[in-house]
This record gives sequence, C-alpha cells and structure tokens, in this order.
Amino acid sequence: MAILINENTRVLVQGITGKEGSFHTQQMLAYGTKVVAGVTPGKGGEKVEGVPVFNTVEEAVKEAGANASVIFVPAPFACDAIYEAVDAGIKLIVCITEGIPTLDMMKVKRYLVEHPDVVVIGPNCPGLICPPFKCKMGIMPGHIHTPGPIGVISRSGTLTYEIDYQLTLAGLGQSTCIGIGGDQIPGTNFIDLLKRFNEDEETKGVVMVGEIGGTAEEEAAAWIKANFKKPVVAFIAGRTAPPGKRMGHAGAIISGGQGTAESKIKALREAGIFVAEDLGTLGKTVKEVMGL
Amino acid sequence: MKIHEYQAKELFKKFGIPVPEGRLATTVEEVKAAVDELGLPVVIKAQIQAGGRGKAGGVKLAKTLEEAEQIAENILGKPLVTHQTGGQGKIVRKVLVEKAANIQKEYYVGMVIDRSQNRPVLMVSPAGGMEIEELAQEKPELIFKEAIDPFLGLLPYQARKLSFKAAMPVKEAAKLLMALYKLFVSYDCSLAEINPLILTEEGSLLAIDAKLNFDDSALYRHPDIKEMLDPDELDPLEYEAMKYRLNYVRLDGNVGIMVNGAGLAMATMDVIKLAGAEPANFLDVGGGANVEMITQGFKILLSDPNVKLIFINIFGGILRCDVLAQGVIEAAKQVDINIPVLVRLEGTNVEKGRQMLNESGLNFVVAKDISDAAKKIVEILGKKE
Repeated sequence: MAILINENTRVLVQGITGKEGSFHTQQMLAYGTKVVAGVTPGKGGEKVEGVPVFNTVEEAVKEAGANASVIFVPAPFACDAIYEAVDAGIKLIVCITEGIPTLDMMKVKRYLVEHPDVVVIGPNCPGLICPPFKCKMGIMPGHIHTPGPIGVISRSGTLTYEIDYQLTLAGLGQSTCIGIGGDQIPGTNFIDLLKRFNEDEETKGVVMVGEIGGTAEEEAAAWIKANFKKPVVAFIAGRTAPPGKRMGHAGAIISGGQGTAESKIKALREAGIFVAEDLGTLGKTVKEVMGL
Repeated sequence: MKIHEYQAKELFKKFGIPVPEGRLATTVEEVKAAVDELGLPVVIKAQIQAGGRGKAGGVKLAKTLEEAEQIAENILGKPLVTHQTGGQGKIVRKVLVEKAANIQKEYYVGMVIDRSQNRPVLMVSPAGGMEIEELAQEKPELIFKEAIDPFLGLLPYQARKLSFKAAMPVKEAAKLLMALYKLFVSYDCSLAEINPLILTEEGSLLAIDAKLNFDDSALYRHPDIKEMLDPDELDPLEYEAMKYRLNYVRLDGNVGIMVNGAGLAMATMDVIKLAGAEPANFLDVGGGANVEMITQGFKILLSDPNVKLIFINIFGGILRCDVLAQGVIEAAKQVDINIPVLVRLEGTNVEKGRQMLNESGLNFVVAKDISDAAKKIVEILGKKE
C-alpha cells in the first residue's frame, strides 16, 4: 500500500510546543495521523492538541509507544534531536528543519552508518505523506492528496504539492510522497526510496522530482536503469538557473560545471526514463507515460 | 558566503598557514606606502570575488615604485572583467599588495564537500596554477584525493600520503594540510582552496592565493565571518532582498516572478522560458511569508527596470491563499504598480484568495493553472510590443 508507513505507525513530534510544532501537530491530527506523543525538554506533562508531551524521546517511546518521529526543532539543536530519536530506537525520523549546517548533517550521516535500519528523511523538507494510511508526517496540505498508485520522491516542497495535486486531478493519486529535502546532504536519497518503491506492490510507478545541484539524479538514473522494475517520470527544476548561484535551497547550486539540469536530464533520458518538460501538464503526462 | 582573498589570508595566518607578507590598499597613496614597508618587488592583486583575476589583468608584478603606482592607477576604481564576473565586470575597490615570492614549484590544494560521499574531500595536485575544473578535464591523473571521516577528521597519514603523491616537502606540507582542515571545520567552510601553493626557491611553502567559501546555514555560529560580507560584491537588489530574508537572484529576462518555495520558483522560471519569454529573477518568499515580505518582494521586482510583467505563482500549503491575496493587495496599495501582474493561486483556501483578488478593484490577471499562466505571459508580453 505504501512505503515507510503502515497501520502501526505511531508518530512523535519533537519540538511539539513550538509555533511550527504545535500548528502542524493539529494539521497532522486533522489529516488522520496517529500522533501519540510530543517531546520538548522541560515541558513534560503538558499537552498540545490533546497529545501528551514528554521530556525525552525515551519516555515518549516507553510511555506512548511512539515509533516514528517528525522534528520541528530549530536548526542549531535539530541534529541533537535526530541523535536522541535514533538512540531511543525510532526507525523513521523526518526532519523538517531548514538551515542545519552541512558539517553537522555530515556527522548524522556518519552516525547512521552504524544504524542501517534507521531512515532519516530531510532535513529542509516538507516531510512525507501516505494517503492510503491517512498518515502525514510533515507540513504539506493534506487535502490535495488522494490514495493511488504513484510514488513521489522530490527534493522540493511546494513544487511537490503542485505535482501531487496534478496527480490527484488526473485521477491517479499517491501511495507515498516523500520530500527528501533541498540540502546538500539529505538523510535519504532517491535510490534508498526507489528500492522501497520497487518492493511495494501497490505502487505502479514513481515520479521523481529533481533540481540543479549535486549528482543524486544522475546516480538514481543509473540505478533505475539497472534495477527498477516500474515506470518512472522525472521532472528537473532549474533549467534556466545560472551557474554559481544558490537557488533558495542550500543544495541547489551549479558549481564547477557540475549539477546542471542538462546533465541530469541527459543521464535520465539515457537511462530510458521519461523526463517531462512542461510542469503545467505533468499529471496528464504521468498518466499517459505510465498507461494508468 | 564568499570572502575576499585578503580576508581568507588573515584566517590562514591565524591557523598557521604561511602567506606572503602583504598590505591592503584602497588608494594609490596606500599602495605606495605598502611598497615602502614591504620592499620591492611586489605583486598587486585586485580584490574582487571572482576567479580568473590573473588572466584578466588583475594581478601584476611591480619591480619599481613607479610601476606599482601605474598598476594601482590602472586597477583601482575600474571594473575588472573575468570569465566569472559577467560582461560588466566588477569594480576593484581594494588591492592586496604583497611581497613577491620566488617560485620554484606550484601546487594545487583544495577542500570541498563531496555530496555523493557525504564527506569533505581534500585534493592536492602537483599541477598548481591551473583551475581545478580544467585540471580535472585534462590531467585527472594528477589530482590526488582523500575523503575525510567526519568523526575522525583528517588523519596525519592521509596528509602525508597526499604530500608524497604530489611531491611536496612532506613534513611541512602535511602540517599545512592539517591546518587547512582545522580551519575548514572550525569555520564551517564549504570550499577552501590554495591555488597555487608554492615552494619558494628558499625551500618553504607559501599560499600565494587563498579562497574560502562558507556554509550560509552555519553563519549563525561565526559572527566574525558574517562581518566580512562585502555588500559591494552583491547585486544591490540581491543585497536588499537579503535584509528581508527573501531568496532573490537577479537574472537577465523581463518576467519578474514571486513564488513560495525554491523548487517551484525554479520550475516557474523554466515555465516562462518554455513559453518563449525570459525570467528576470528567482524569488522564493518561503512558506511563512507575511505581508511585509510580500511588499518588499514586490518593491524589489519593481526596482528592476527590465521587468515588464510580474508573475506571482503560489501553491498555498501552510501559506494560505487568502493570506497571500491579502498580502498582494496590501502591497499593491503601498507600491505603485504600473506593469501587469499575473497571479496564479492554488491550494489551501484558493477560492477565497481568488475572490479577494477579483474584488480588490486592482488590475490583476488571474491564471487558473500553470499552463494557462504560460499562455497569458505570452499574450501580455505580445500585446505590449
């Protein structure tokens, strides 16, 4: 039905008492997400939207049975929140926070080598949404999604909403949509998620949304060609972006001739992947290309 | 964030990386005073934040005081055009006057974040002076690399290994590489480059050039670096946008855009291009934009004389469409808008947002989706010409 999420997913919100944390807790609950706990150090015993707040993730796991976490902790403290979740045994961690220093995230990635069963989505991402299970661990508007056969993996936020909504309007819907984030060092990359979509029977095809910067799309293209069993439609943002300029996202920069949209589009096409040019008709294109 | 060579060299000194003795000068008089202090010959280097200064005539050797004076007059206050500055070049406001060194050998040293390995990578090459992209194309076998474990840091054996491979004086070079790594992590650099690092005829290493870029996300813990920002190096509109936490990049076209979200903003630029027009900018107002940010964004778009049409493309998620509409209407009241404004709203509370725009009495063109917007952009621009 989906990846990463199932009917037993019990969500913890780290940073639940903050402005963002409390607002999105309410939104996630309204969508149907089982938000069972929150953590803000020093605010244990309080409640936010009826959700009990704990001082530590360990307590939230023990007392409320939380097994997935979404993080709204400010950037200077966000990595500490990730480590705490990993150490408390949480296996799915979604970090929404924008502005985490690259070197800090690099250490998180290094730590995760010792925890291969932990998935960190983000940072600097909209999170993930799983319409079949009515589960939202993120900040995307829930109502534009509907259960369906398409998996979405994207480096963007609102661009993902645009595409998710078009998939809904085209009568397709989504199995799971994951925003992997716009930073240089994402916790999870395209390939990690493509592997999971490959195994998910209900997902019939994947839309991959990339952008300038880095070589993740090129690496994904090679992996898809060798391993992926389902149709993929790709969209790459930033064909008109100039080199050397950071386009909003920390990771969206063409440097040293690397990371251009052309290079990504070329690699994807050479791997036999359909690259959509026109954002306005993407939903229809996916329907046609995938024959759904 | 980028800093100047002279600033990078100050940091080098702090970390024990040897640099030539030098003085910063902003006038011909100061250049002459620097020559007096340093002695001849000197190298005079234009301080602009762009590569290719040497080839463009921004780095000159002066053997006499008269030569130094002449060079300073030719460089200071004038634009320097390199392959990285664009056609108009950048005005040189400062020069670095340095004691000239006797070069025996040139090396390349660089450290970057390798995004596929999630690690910093240290690179050295015995083929110094060439640009690394060029070197990677032409002589990749002459670039030696070590990926650094972020938990362990650069290990002494790695520094030695690279020094041996690049045929550098090992003891001194390894020490310098360790120092560079320390600087890189202490200051959250995204790039550190010494090109060239030289071996002097006297047999010691010297960083002739210095380039440091910093991770913008980490500037909060480096106030001293933040202070080094030179507003003259930024486009005035980009500098203005920075004050209001707006992500704005100026481009060459005539369709100004305002979008929430970086990916959608880039895709919007692409849509404009695909429709046959050219984007004038990238502007991401972010998910939490308020009326003030939208107003400032509008002002920035309108200050660009190239902009003939503004396209607002918003997919309301957390930023609700009615809030956005209110912001746009407020902004329109505060700023005199004399060019067409095309608005495309979708997402949370879209009906309310559209209704507010329609009832505002302001002259907005409303597009129903992206394809419709693309069509309308062409129509509007066509009519004007």
